[in-house]
Amino acid sequence: MARIILEDVSKHFGSVVAVDRINLTVEDGEFFALLGPSGCGKTTTLRMIAGLEKPAGGAIRIGDRDVTELPPRERDVAMVFQDYALYPHMTMLDNIGYPLKVRGVPKAELLARVTQVARSLGIDHLLERRPAQLSGGQQQRAAVARAIVHHAQAFLFDEPLSNLDAKLRVEARGFLKYLQHEVGVTTVYVTHDQAEAMALADHIAIMDQGKVIQVGTPLEVYRRPQTVFVASFLGNPPMNLLPCRLDLANRQVRVNAAGLRLDSVPHWEHLATRVHDGEELILGIRPEHLTLHASETPQAFPGELYVTQPLGAESLVILQVGDKTVSVRLFTDEPPRLARRVWIQPDPNRIFFYRSSGELIA
Amino acid sequence: MKSVRKILAGLAYYLFIALMTAFFALPLLWLALTPFNPAATLAVEIPTRPTLDNFRAVFGNDFAVRALVQNNLILAIGTMLGTTFVAALAAYALSRAKIPGRDYLTYVLILFSSVVTGTAAMVPIFLIIYYLGLIDTYLGVILVFIGGLLPAAIFIMRDFVDGIPHSYEESALVAGATPRRVFLDVVLPLLRPGMMVVAIWAFVHAWGAFLIPFIVLRNPDRMPASIAIYSFYTEAGTPNVTLVSAYSLLYALPVVVLYLIVNWRYGFRFFGGIKR
Repeated sequence: MARIILEDVSKHFGSVVAVDRINLTVEDGEFFALLGPSGCGKTTTLRMIAGLEKPAGGAIRIGDRDVTELPPRERDVAMVFQDYALYPHMTMLDNIGYPLKVRGVPKAELLARVTQVARSLGIDHLLERRPAQLSGGQQQRAAVARAIVHHAQAFLFDEPLSNLDAKLRVEARGFLKYLQHEVGVTTVYVTHDQAEAMALADHIAIMDQGKVIQVGTPLEVYRRPQTVFVASFLGNPPMNLLPCRLDLANRQVRVNAAGLRLDSVPHWEHLATRVHDGEELILGIRPEHLTLHASETPQAFPGELYVTQPLGAESLVILQVGDKTVSVRLFTDEPPRLARRVWIQPDPNRIFFYRSSGELIA
Repeated sequence: MKSVRKILAGLAYYLFIALMTAFFALPLLWLALTPFNPAATLAVEIPTRPTLDNFRAVFGNDFAVRALVQNNLILAIGTMLGTTFVAALAAYALSRAKIPGRDYLTYVLILFSSVVTGTAAMVPIFLIIYYLGLIDTYLGVILVFIGGLLPAAIFIMRDFVDGIPHSYEESALVAGATPRRVFLDVVLPLLRPGMMVVAIWAFVHAWGAFLIPFIVLRNPDRMPASIAIYSFYTEAGTPNVTLVSAYSLLYALPVVVLYLIVNWRYGFRFFGGIKR
C-alpha cells in the first residue's frame, strides 16, 4: 500500500519527447487511470513507474521511497501486460507462483497462496494447464492472479482488457473494479478506452502528446473538460464542438455554422471580461444537453436529419448543421419520427466556451 | 503435332528428373548395400549372400572403433554444448542490448567466421593452439570448432531471440527476478527450438570435420573417425572398399538418427517464441 508520486518526469526516445515533465499523485489505495490516445505517453509513464524505462529527468516515489534509480525488482510493484506475458512453457501454477518463487517463498506456502488466489478468481481448476490451453478471459484472470499473489505495494495495468471481446471486457471491468476494492492496493491503469477509465477509476489523468492535460474524478472531467481535446476525447459520442463568435454589444453568441444567436448565456460577465469582441471561440455542448423540436423554436438552430440510431435504452440522432455534424442523445427507447428539418435547442447552462487554442474560458 | 511435342517435352522432363535422382541416390544406395557384401566393388550391387563379416572386421579394429565411439562423441558433444550455450548468451545480448551498429557487428562476425575455419587460418590456428599448450588435446580441437561455428550460430540464434516478445522478460523483471534469473527461467526455455537447431548443426559439423583435428591432434588414440577411416587403406593407399563402406555406414548413422529424432520431436519447424 503506497502513494505514488511523479515529479517533473520526462522521457525521450531519440529526439521524440514521449513524456514531457509530468506531475502526478496517485493516492494510497486509489484506482488511477491514465487515459489518452495511442502515442500520448501513458504506457511510457507506466513503464517508468515499473522501472522498465529510465526517466530522462524527474523523480518517482512509491510510498516513502525514491525509486527513480531502482531496478524493477526492488520497486515491489506488480504489472499486468497487454498481452498478459504468461510464460508459455510453464503451467498456470508456475506462472502465478513465479513472483513468489523468485522471492524464495517455500514450496508449500507458494502452493497454498497460489491456490487461494486462483480460487478467489475462479481459475483454481486450471492450475495444471499451460497458457495456450486457456481462453482469453482465463488468461487475463491468470495474469491478474500473478499480479496479486505477492501483495505488491502497487498494481500497474497496461491496457489489460484490450485483447478481450466486447462482452468479456465489460465483465472483466466489473471484476477488476471489485477486486481492486477488495484488495485496496494503489492501482495505475493505462487505457485508451474512455468508457473503461470512467467506469473503473477514482481519478483519471488525461494525457496528450506527453503531457497531462487534466486530472480529476471521472465526473469532474466529464462535466467540465478543461480543453477541447478532453471534451472531444471523453463521452461517446463526444461533445459537439461548433465555432462561434461573441457579439459583446448585443450580449449575444453567434454560432457561425448554425446561424444561431444565443441571448441568455450564463456567466456572461465572466466570459465577456476574458474575450475581445468578435474573437473566434469554440462552443461545446454534450449530446445529452440538446433537445429537438419539430418546428421553429426561439434559441434553437435548424439542422438536417442525417441518421437516427436506436441504442436500446436511449437513442442517438445525428444531424448536419452547415458543414458540421451534431449528435443529440435522447433518453427514449424509441427514436421519434422526425422530419428532415428539425430545430436543435441547447441547454444554456450546459454550454462551454473554449478559445481556439483549446483551453476552457467558461 | 502440338500434343506430340508436349508429350516429348514431358518425357524429357521426367527423364532429366530420373537422371538427377539416380545421380544423388546411387551413392546412398551403395552405402546401404555394400557393407553387407563379402567382396564389394565400387559398383552398386545387391549382395547375393548378405553377411555381417565386414562389421565384425571393423569392430576388430580398435583404433577405428575408439575413434568413432569415443573421440568423435567427445569432440562433437563438446562442440555442440559449447557452441549452443555461448551462442545463446551472445545472441541474447546482441538482440536485447542497445549497442550502436549492432546489426553491422553481426554481419562482420559472419564474414570472419569463414576466415577462422578456412585454410588461410591453418597456420595461425596451429600457433595459437601450440602456445596455449593445447596441441594434441580434445579441448584444443573443440575450442577451434566453437570459434569457427559461433558467428553463424549467433546469427541463427539471434533470429530466434528477436522472435521472443520483450514482455515475457519484462514481466519477470517486475515480478522480482534478477536479469540472470530472467535469462535462465524465461529466455532459455523459450529459446529451446533455436538451441535445438544450433546444437544439431554444430554436432553435425564437428562430427564430419577432418582438417582441424588432423592439424591439432598428434596421438592416433585421439583421432576422430574422419581420420581413422584411413586405417582401412592399405600401405599403398588403396582403400579396402568393403571395410570402408561398413565403417562409413556406422559413421553416418548417428547423424541420420539425430535428424530423425529432431524431425519427429520438433518437425524442424523454425519457430521462435511468438504466441498468439
